[in-house]
Amino acid sequence: MNELEAIYTEVITEHSRCQENKHPLQCATCCQKGHNPSCGDEITLELQVEEGRVKDAAFTGAGCAISQASTDIMIDLMRGKTVEEARSLTDKFMAMLKREVTDEVELEDLEEALALKNISNMPARVKCAALAWRTLKEALGRAD
Amino acid sequence: MSEQDFLRDFPLLNNKVNDIAYLDNGATTQKPESVIQAICGYYGGCNANPHRGAYALSVKATDIYENARGKTAGFIKAKDPAEIIFTKNATEALNLVAYAYGLANVEQGDEIVLTISEHHSNLVPWQFVARTKGATLKYIYLEEDGNLSQEDIATKITDRTKIVAVTQVSNVLGLKNDVQDIVKKAHSVGAVAVVDGSQSVAHMQVDVQALGADFFAFSGHKMLSPMGIGVLYGRYEILDHMQPFLFGGDMIEYVDEQETSYAEVPARFEAGTQNVGGAAGLTAAIDYLEKIGFERIEAIEKDLVDYALPRLREMPFIELYGCDSKIDNKTGIITFNVKDVHPHDVASILDSQGVAVRAGHHCAQPLMKYLGQNATCRASFYLYNTREDVDRWLDALSKVRRVMHLE
Repeated sequence: MNELEAIYTEVITEHSRCQENKHPLQCATCCQKGHNPSCGDEITLELQVEEGRVKDAAFTGAGCAISQASTDIMIDLMRGKTVEEARSLTDKFMAMLKREVTDEVELEDLEEALALKNISNMPARVKCAALAWRTLKEALGRAD
Repeated sequence: MSEQDFLRDFPLLNNKVNDIAYLDNGATTQKPESVIQAICGYYGGCNANPHRGAYALSVKATDIYENARGKTAGFIKAKDPAEIIFTKNATEALNLVAYAYGLANVEQGDEIVLTISEHHSNLVPWQFVARTKGATLKYIYLEEDGNLSQEDIATKITDRTKIVAVTQVSNVLGLKNDVQDIVKKAHSVGAVAVVDGSQSVAHMQVDVQALGADFFAFSGHKMLSPMGIGVLYGRYEILDHMQPFLFGGDMIEYVDEQETSYAEVPARFEAGTQNVGGAAGLTAAIDYLEKIGFERIEAIEKDLVDYALPRLREMPFIELYGCDSKIDNKTGIITFNVKDVHPHDVASILDSQGVAVRAGHHCAQPLMKYLGQNATCRASFYLYNTREDVDRWLDALSKVRRVMHLE
């Protein structure tokens, strides 16, 4: 149970129920679907990218607390970042999930997304945490 | 013999290392020692390529393989062992029917009738056949209580119907369908009936002749056998007129440069070296099941369902699916959700307390959409489960909402 409490922290459960970033985006310049076919989680991520910057982002979809919290936290983090910064933060987040980067100082700029670090102890759920970021990476690949 | 004694037959469950309430038998069952020994015994003492070598060991392997066919025919009460085709699982068996029967017999404008509760393996192949041949798919939907709509059964199977595909037990709702009646209806319009027995064959006595099924498919691994061995039963008269599904060694009679004549049934449908070790395991599994008897197995599962359901209904945060059937046809599958918590989170929280349940769409996405759910959790029982397993599951469930900071 302790392992669980390290994952379902209040930060995660609150973000999983937060609706602020969960809506269609009026001025979206880019829309990307992400899907975990084995579990059925799906999100649609919408970005408003202007002059090389993620001006705004939002999502719709359904999934477990981890996938929903991860998406919500990611959007908060990305708003206002340049496309380059967004890409590099995404890579860093993925490296954190794979335990390639474990140093908290190095991970500091992931801000609240650091709360998802312990997911790496639950291999069955890593893909839930990764869904939004994987989707963002695909969206940014097309944003240039 | 009590359930505890059955537990002793299963090495994976009977140890302190795993210490698990295994409630995912709808996905796959654990294997008894006798099945594990049969596989080891085959590879340790009898392994050779069957049907080929003119030496004693190959004859022994052939005997083991063909004995499994005879055993399986008896198990599901087929008329003739030649009606048993070994595949790798139910999915391959159903694909064999779709490719070798469906593509050859379904024409443009024909109709294929399915139930909305089919597993993807008895649904996606028929979508492929329908799309390829320009046929139409029609669905039998459900009554309020989760049973198949009698009105749909009466009206959707028509003169245009060529194939009716139906599962004997829904892998989500756990309700037994009146397959005999649906087969009768299919035959009355000249259609063939393809029955998915994946969730039934390990839990109740199946009699393919009494059902009238033209095809009946199941997986060994859901009935105590190893993964990688499955069965397609087909009525001989139909199989005999079918072209092969896979081509290659062992399924031929004569091969010339330009032409090949094919082997008789069932060899025609078993191209390449087969899973003889799996067949040996299947034989041992059938022996084990027949020794216990389905009356006993059904009684164990019913006891667990009757023990769990009233307790689940007392938990205000639990939603149940397929648990209000108006007829006595519930099997050992309980599908549920915890209010305001996603099934994956529920499954992870149960897992941390040593309870294994399935979460997700259960390879039945059309049914999930029909039920208006993205996903659900499923607990499915088998003969080695006990009331202590149920207690452990329910106790773990009572903690889910607390872990999610909902109370």
